[in-house]
Order: sequence, then structure tokens, then C-alpha cells
Amino acid sequence: MFVVEAYAAEGETQAGTEVPHDDAHANTFPPFDSSTFPSQLLWLVITFGLFYLFLQRVVLPRIGAIFETRSDRIAQDLDQAARMKDEADAAIAAYEQELADAKSKANEIGQSARDSAKAEAEAERKAAEAELEKKLEGSAAEIEKIKQSAMGEIGAIAEDTATAILQALTGAKATKAEVQSAVAKARG
Amino acid sequence: MADPTKVDPIHQFHINTLIPIEIGGYDVSFTNSSLLMIVTAVLAGGFLFIATSSRGTVPGRAQSIAEISYEFIASMLRDSAGSQGMKFFPFVFTLFMFVLVANLLGMFPYFITVTSHLIITAALAILVFVIVLVYGLWKHGFRFFKLFVPEGIPVVLMPLVVAIEVISFLTRPISHSVRLFANMLAGHITLKVFSGFVVSLTSLGAVGIVGAILPLTMAVGLTALEFLIAFLQAYVFAMLTCIYINDAIHPGH
Repeated sequence: MFVVEAYAAEGETQAGTEVPHDDAHANTFPPFDSSTFPSQLLWLVITFGLFYLFLQRVVLPRIGAIFETRSDRIAQDLDQAARMKDEADAAIAAYEQELADAKSKANEIGQSARDSAKAEAEAERKAAEAELEKKLEGSAAEIEKIKQSAMGEIGAIAEDTATAILQALTGAKATKAEVQSAVAKARG
Repeated sequence: MADPTKVDPIHQFHINTLIPIEIGGYDVSFTNSSLLMIVTAVLAGGFLFIATSSRGTVPGRAQSIAEISYEFIASMLRDSAGSQGMKFFPFVFTLFMFVLVANLLGMFPYFITVTSHLIITAALAILVFVIVLVYGLWKHGFRFFKLFVPEGIPVVLMPLVVAIEVISFLTRPISHSVRLFANMLAGHITLKVFSGFVVSLTSLGAVGIVGAILPLTMAVGLTALEFLIAFLQAYVFAMLTCIYINDAIHPGH
């Protein structure tokens, strides 16, 4: 390498003779040796300038583009994730909806079955009640008839009894018509 | 060095002509410093170029380093100069990379440290200074001089404050350049002195070899410290550049 050789060469010269080997500027403190300034400045301008142009034109736009692609990619992936989540949500909603429908349908069926059973039971009960009512009415009529006939017979018994009592008490004989009218009067 | 007991800590800063060139009476020879500047630019540029060549969405190690340095400088500039400052991003990034790699390359034995020469750091500092001045004046005209007139200062104190502000503005390139130059120079001299102790002591025999352990430890520690300083000074140089650029963009205090 240049540097190493140059350094070594200079080192030998210096160590060998102790005499400044290179005109004046071996004695001055190197950073303040103005004879090297033009060279340093020129090469700084060249290297720094080219380095700047290279970074500005090539490297930095490239890194910027990498960042851009990455953020685009991330945004895209996020979008996709959001879309998939929406789809999943929609599927869940559809499932819930179907479940709710099925439930309500089941309820409906149960309800209608219950209703019809109830209606049937009600109708049966009504029929039975109506029959019982009819029977009751029939019985009441019978009782009334029996009562009427019994009441009718009571008149005859009363006339007989009254005739008998009258005969036993007074010995007089009342006509049947007289007793009849008297009994009818007493009965109202 | 032929004589191991003689240590010249200044020797490492010598500019050695490799290819003599003279233009218009000026000696613009290709020197070891020129070579290191080219190595700096080629190494940094080549690394960034190759590291980002795959343009991976998921970065590899090298690409991560390129991206981290990009983000590092971009956030530094954005934080101190706002988003308007981003138009100076390529400049600040180049400055940081150049100084950083030049500093780090200077840590190699026999490599000259480009930034240990005042003329280089001064040229870079003056470049920053001129950019700030020209851009500030071009963008804000006379309002740029509001930079020297802080708000809310009593009128009586105004001449004094303005004088101080002007002086501090004008001395910026000096402090900016000397800070980097002095750090690099002093660090390398110290390193060389301690390493020289090791060489000198070991030439004294067994006792010297035992005694050389201490300066050797120091030299190892200082080497680590110098690597830190190489990074830190590049960071400080770029950071100050960002702050100065902020003045050009927002001259009002």
C-alpha cells in the first residue's frame, strides 16, 4: 500500500539522519503547514463533491424508495387485513342471523303447536261443558216435571185428607167439589 | 522507526506526497491525505450502494445499517430544523458520513486521519457557514438579520446583545472546525504517546516489560475511547450543522 511504503520510507529517512527530508515542512507542525493546504483543499473538493453527488443522486433516493415501498407494502397489508376482518365479521353476522332465524322459527313452531293443542283442549272442554249443561238442563226439567206432578198429587192428597179430617171431626160429608174449591183456595 | 526509544507523536500527521502534481504554481499533489479521502468516499459510498442494492422490503444487516444511518440523520435534521430543513438532508448526510468514515479510518495504524487537519475541518465548517448565510439571505432577505436581534430584550441591552450574537455567529466556523480537528489531533497524539511508552519501556528489559503493562492497558482503553470519539465528533459536527441550518430557515429566535 502507498501509505505504508511512504510512511516507512519517511520513517527511515527521518530516523537515519534527523534532518528534515522534505524542504521546509517537516519542521512545522503538519496541520499548520500551509504548503499542503492547496492539495488538501483540492482533493477535499473533489472527493467530497463526488461523494455528495453520488449520495444525493443514487444512494439517498434509493433508500427513500425502500422506505416508501415498505410503507406502501405495510399499508397494503393492513388494508388486506382490514378487508379480511370485515369478511370474517360479515360471516359471523350471517351466522348469528341464521342462528337467530332458526331459533325464532323453532319458537314459532313450538308456539303454534302449543296454541293448537290448547285450542283443541279448550274445544273439548267446551263440548264437555255444553253436554254437561244439556244434561243438567234435562235433569232440571225432569225434576220440575216430577215436582209438578208431585204438586198435582198433593192437591188430591189434600182433598182426600181434608175430606177424611172433615168426616172425622164433624161427621159431615162435604162434596167433592166443595173440598176441591176449598183446597184450591187454601193453596192459593 | 529504526530507533524504538524515540517516539514522535506528531509524525502520524505528516502529509506525504504520493504523486506530485502542480497546477498554476500550487502544489496539489496526490498525497496520503488525498488517498484517505478517496478511500473514505469510496468505502462509504460503496457500502451504502451495495447495502441497498437488493432493495429488500425486509432489510438485511447491511441494509439495516444504511437505513439506520439514513433515519438517524433524517430525524436529527427534522427535529432541529423542521421538515423544511429536509432539503438539506443530502448535504448533512454526506457531511456526517464523510466525517464519520474519515474519523474511523484514521483509527487504522499508518492511515492518516483526514479530519486531524484544520484545513479540512475548516473548509467543511466554512462550507456550512456559507450555505447558512447564503440560503438565509436568499430566503429571508434582510429579515435574516433578525437572527441577531432576540425578541423581548430591553432596548438598553440591545446593542450589547446584538454585538454578542454577531460575534457568536461569526465565530461559529471556528468553533465548529476546531472542535473536530482538536479532538482528532489530541486523541491520536495521546494514543501515540501511550503506545510510545510501551515501546520505550519494553526496550529496557524485564522490568520495563512489566512496567509497560500499564501504558498498554491505557492504550487499549484509549483506542476504545477514540472509536467513541470518532463517532461522537461526527455526530456533533452534523448536529451543529443541523442547528445552524435551522437558523437559516427560521431566523427569528
